[in-house]
Amino acid sequence: MKHTFKIFRYDPAKERQPRYQEYQVEAEPTDKILDCLNRIRWEQDSSLTYRMSCAHGVCGSDAMRINGICALACQRLIKDYGEGPLLIEPLPQFPVLKDLLVDLTAFFEKYRGIWPYLLPDDPAPEKERLQSPEERMAFDEAIRCILCGCCTAACPILEDNQQFLGPAALLRAFRYLFDSRDRQKGKRMELLDDENAIWGCKTHGKCTEVCPKEIQVTQSLGRVKKKIYDSKKAP
Amino acid sequence: MKHDVVIIGSGIAGLRAAVELAAHADVAIVSKVFPTRSHSGAAQGGITAALGNEEEDRWEWHMFDTVKGSDFLGDQDAIEIMVRDAPRAIIELEHMGVPFSRTAEGTIAQRAFGGHTRDFGKAPVKRACYASDRTGRIILDTLFEQSIKAGVQCYAEFIMIDLLFNATRCVGVVLLELATGKIHAVHTRALLLATGGAGKIYKTTSNCFSNTGDALSIVLQKGLPLQDMECLQFHPTGIKGLGILMSEAARGEGGILLNRHGERFMERYAPVIKDLAPRDIVSRAIVREIREGNGVGGSDYVHLDLTALGPEKIKERLWEIASFATIYAGVDPVHEPVPVQPTCHYIMGGIPTDVDGRVLGADEHKPVPGLFAAGESSCVSVHGANRLGCNSLLDLVVFGRRAGKAILSSLQDGGVTHDKPDSPGSGRDTIEKLLAARGKERVPAIRRELQELMTDHCSVFRDHRGLETAQVKITELKHRYRDIGLSCRDRHFNLELIEALEGEHLLNCAEVIVLSALHRRESRGAHYREDYPERNDQDFLHHTLVATGSGGMEITTKPVQITRFKPVARTY
Ligand SMILES: Cc1cc2nc3c(=O)[nH]c(=O)nc-3n(C[C@H](O)[C@H](O)[C@H](O)COP(=O)(O)OP(=O)(O)OC[C@H]3O[C@@H](n4cnc5c(N)ncnc54)[C@H](O)[C@@H]3O)c2cc1C
Ligand code: FES
Repeated sequence: MKHTFKIFRYDPAKERQPRYQEYQVEAEPTDKILDCLNRIRWEQDSSLTYRMSCAHGVCGSDAMRINGICALACQRLIKDYGEGPLLIEPLPQFPVLKDLLVDLTAFFEKYRGIWPYLLPDDPAPEKERLQSPEERMAFDEAIRCILCGCCTAACPILEDNQQFLGPAALLRAFRYLFDSRDRQKGKRMELLDDENAIWGCKTHGKCTEVCPKEIQVTQSLGRVKKKIYDSKKAP
Repeated sequence: MKHDVVIIGSGIAGLRAAVELAAHADVAIVSKVFPTRSHSGAAQGGITAALGNEEEDRWEWHMFDTVKGSDFLGDQDAIEIMVRDAPRAIIELEHMGVPFSRTAEGTIAQRAFGGHTRDFGKAPVKRACYASDRTGRIILDTLFEQSIKAGVQCYAEFIMIDLLFNATRCVGVVLLELATGKIHAVHTRALLLATGGAGKIYKTTSNCFSNTGDALSIVLQKGLPLQDMECLQFHPTGIKGLGILMSEAARGEGGILLNRHGERFMERYAPVIKDLAPRDIVSRAIVREIREGNGVGGSDYVHLDLTALGPEKIKERLWEIASFATIYAGVDPVHEPVPVQPTCHYIMGGIPTDVDGRVLGADEHKPVPGLFAAGESSCVSVHGANRLGCNSLLDLVVFGRRAGKAILSSLQDGGVTHDKPDSPGSGRDTIEKLLAARGKERVPAIRRELQELMTDHCSVFRDHRGLETAQVKITELKHRYRDIGLSCRDRHFNLELIEALEGEHLLNCAEVIVLSALHRRESRGAHYREDYPERNDQDFLHHTLVATGSGGMEITTKPVQITRFKPVARTY
């Protein structure tokens, strides 16, 4: 069956204004949106630009807005959407570099800033550091994160405050703060105890709604808040 | 631009080397995609080491399994290095922060995987260390985060298009910057190639769009050889029609394969370890079942049945692959079997290296100064004619680190300076020509034809006629490629341009694969010739090397290193 794709096009190097372009694509209900974009690019318009790599929701390259909702184009199928044209736009909040491809520099800067690595006790033991299955499961969901940026793009706080770290960076901070092997929890909590860090989150929950990996982002950030709050209460 | 060391590829192999070098040298990593988008992140099942955390295990058993799994084509000196180093490598990853799943005692949990056995083949053994079913992604993330901590510079969305030489020494690399279309010559004292696989040669594959064999093809164009390229792995359980992987961990945790009669057919093909036989054997069994009309509904797939595992185990250990089945096949594996068929997965062959990542040249297999390789794009060779599950991630971290160390000692050798290349290379010309190309052929069409051709004639089963057909048609496709036209003329973010470059790499790799497959007139591991169904140690217990000589592509051979285990019949 033929489907209409209405796609955001913008090349800041050549155009003053974004525009929307329509394409007709032959597609099965089980085809991925990414398949359709590729078909357009390979058969109709080779200038259409976006990122992609794994094509099955593990690399995080092809986050974009599909019918207004942030998602991975490789993880959404035609049948997930009703009749009528599919509206394909770049992730909001990030500067557009070309069509659906956005500049993620600021996103990764924030992620780098939260010390995204284990800060354990030195020296390391001869064998593995022990961790119980319960301790390990405490952050199991968070390691599903693929840094696709859907959550951060969907976060309404960032619309008004670009300084806010955003859910993806904070979720990674959660992952290390709740890893029993990490021994710099005090310092981590100091880093996160800020209006532009954890307290920037006002539990809108958009991040959790859009997360392609079904991570309870808002809840995890809530646990960070509670941990910081409790640590201050303790004598 | 100038760096002491440039690493092409930010998968686990490249990053492991980068982390090794960071404190001691000016090292930069270059990648087509942002590092954490590399395809190492797709690895699900685990990484092997004889830790013995769950049950008794020994490196000698791991070595035997790897040698037997390789159908005796793996170099045993290299395999011994890998399996003996494995426990250290895993502990090191754990110390870096990899959140492995845990046993009740708090040690690293392990599970069964295809071809890994106790006591030289007696029964399956739990050897694969895992982090749920996201082992590769989490190792990739952890290593990337270590590289951030160490301050490694990263050029993301830069594409290697050529290598620079001074006489026989590699002295740099030419990069295309995706965002601008600018071309950069980077002068290096050492260059490491770690560009991963080439699965996009086939119609269905578990590989990502950027696995197009770039380094293999570029090295070949520089007159250097490729080794054992006929040895390609088809994973038995790709989701039907899509190739998205249902990890072997599914069978390691107790899943089984069923044909249309609901029969657990692997019992007939591998009576001892059944569904946990190595991949080449399981893939052939599936194709045979399908050919004999035992595919589900008489069609071209079989069932992977996980319903006995229960929802808890699936959620805890196989959440992600269960989500793939649900999203892409519309099947909930807790309750229904998943339709699967073999899919192109891994290339055992690649750029020949010694056990320290030094690239070996065509000239008496001597190292090429300044040039190193690691990971799936290299061929050490530890996987021989068939890789065992979870041995790739191990290969990446063991030999990635060793390459890093070897690079470091090469730098400390004061003689290695930034030498000027003999010529600026052909990279710039290639790009200008492509941007101006107005021929009538289109890259997507050529690529699709190549993928169909290779799928039809050079997959799980091969024979002379099919391979010859493939050879003739690849020559035709290469001819047609010379007449391609591009319609996007942008310099910045020109995906059509990138795919044109990749298209040529795919053609080059396919040509070598078919030539090597024609040469090997025997069946060994994943290379199965229906016209020569037996293994023939007398004539073919050697590595295949293909290089471009004066008269086109030439085949030579190299002996296999056999130390502990003499070839014996391979049954399971
Ligand atoms: C779905 C799947 C599941 C798997 N599961 C397992 C498992 O459980 N256990 C196991 O041991 N193995 C597994 N494997 C195999 C293993 O994951 C791969 O062999 C391995 O990750 C390859 O790693 P690499 O570092 O060599 O390359 P990759 O991770 O593929 O990285 C290649 C890098 O090279 C870059 N690159 C490529 N070309 C260029 C160029 N021209 N210029 C610049 N950069 C370039 C890419 O951007 C990328 O950064 C699996 C493979 C797949 C596909
Ligand atoms: S292409 Fe990798 S997540 Fe979609």
